[in-house]
Amino acid sequence: MKIIIIGGGRVVYFLAKLFISKGHRPVIVSQDPAECERLSREVKALVLCGDGSHPPVLEAAGAREAEAVLAITPRDQDNLVACQLAAKMFGVPRSLALVNDPDNLEVFRRLGVNVAFSTTHIMATLIEQQAGFDEIVNLMPLAQGKVTVSEVALRAGLPAVGRSLAELAMPPGSLIGSVIRGETVLVPRGPDRLAEGDRLIILTTPESYAPAMRCLLGDEA
Amino acid sequence: MAKSLFIVIVGCGRLGSHLANGLSAQGHGVVVIDLRPEAFAALDAQFSGFKLVGDAVESEVLRQARLDQADLLLAVAEEDNVNLMVAQVGQKVFAVPRVMARVADPAREEAYRQFGIQTVCPTTLAGEALLATLGRSGEARR
Repeated sequence: MKIIIIGGGRVVYFLAKLFISKGHRPVIVSQDPAECERLSREVKALVLCGDGSHPPVLEAAGAREAEAVLAITPRDQDNLVACQLAAKMFGVPRSLALVNDPDNLEVFRRLGVNVAFSTTHIMATLIEQQAGFDEIVNLMPLAQGKVTVSEVALRAGLPAVGRSLAELAMPPGSLIGSVIRGETVLVPRGPDRLAEGDRLIILTTPESYAPAMRCLLGDEA
Repeated sequence: MAKSLFIVIVGCGRLGSHLANGLSAQGHGVVVIDLRPEAFAALDAQFSGFKLVGDAVESEVLRQARLDQADLLLAVAEEDNVNLMVAQVGQKVFAVPRVMARVADPAREEAYRQFGIQTVCPTTLAGEALLATLGRSGEARR
């Protein structure tokens, strides 16, 4: 898949490397000549020096054949315009943009960007959710934060240890998707009991997150 | 423009300050937004509108300017992309009835005009004016 990445900084380098390792063909557009030079030496990708929101630059980057455009500059206005031009002028089917001001998340979606994500928002959510929950070892927001996948390690003494799923009665909107017990992974059903040392993979909606964690971890959480 | 309008102007550069001074003198209510406080030095002493320091790309700043009540939004900041974003936010989120954006890059201007944003391109306008002058007095020297 041909992906146009617009932006700068080390994140562009690591993204391009990652995309190449997965068999994609990234094209990088950056405004900084020194960075472009460095990137062209480091990555096996086409690197263009220019303004990714200028139509001729997008065209030179191969926007007509690209399947996705990813705009991750630190400036919301540049990310928005690059995505809109790529989609509307060159028919790029998927546009993804970094939103620096979390208030602009909704604005970007309304203005036609397929996926808008805010690192400010993601980090704030992670910190808020993690605070006070030592047992939660991993968190990943999906579907733009509408679903969160969490990994919870059950230590001795927690209310969930020794109880079956049926007894636990997790709140609506939450699900224990799987239980990692030593080397085995099981998809639990009602009668299965949780044990000390289990790692649970849990799916929650934003509303069910806190009640689900209380159900597993008790009131201390 | 017989009745008094409430107008929000984004950018207080040469064009923004000129518009703000003129529209304020005509009796309209004006709010001018600019990132740099020193930009407001270009406003006349008689300017009776409001000055707001902030980045118009932040929705919060546009809310402070009461854009939801504006009759007209003029996006004339230095950067094309600021103007294009602000104009769309004004039109789609704040439902401003009339919105205009200055876009210096003719390629970008053409594209957004097709997307339904009212744009003015100073580059094209100046080019046309100069070519028209040439057309009128275009006799070659012998």
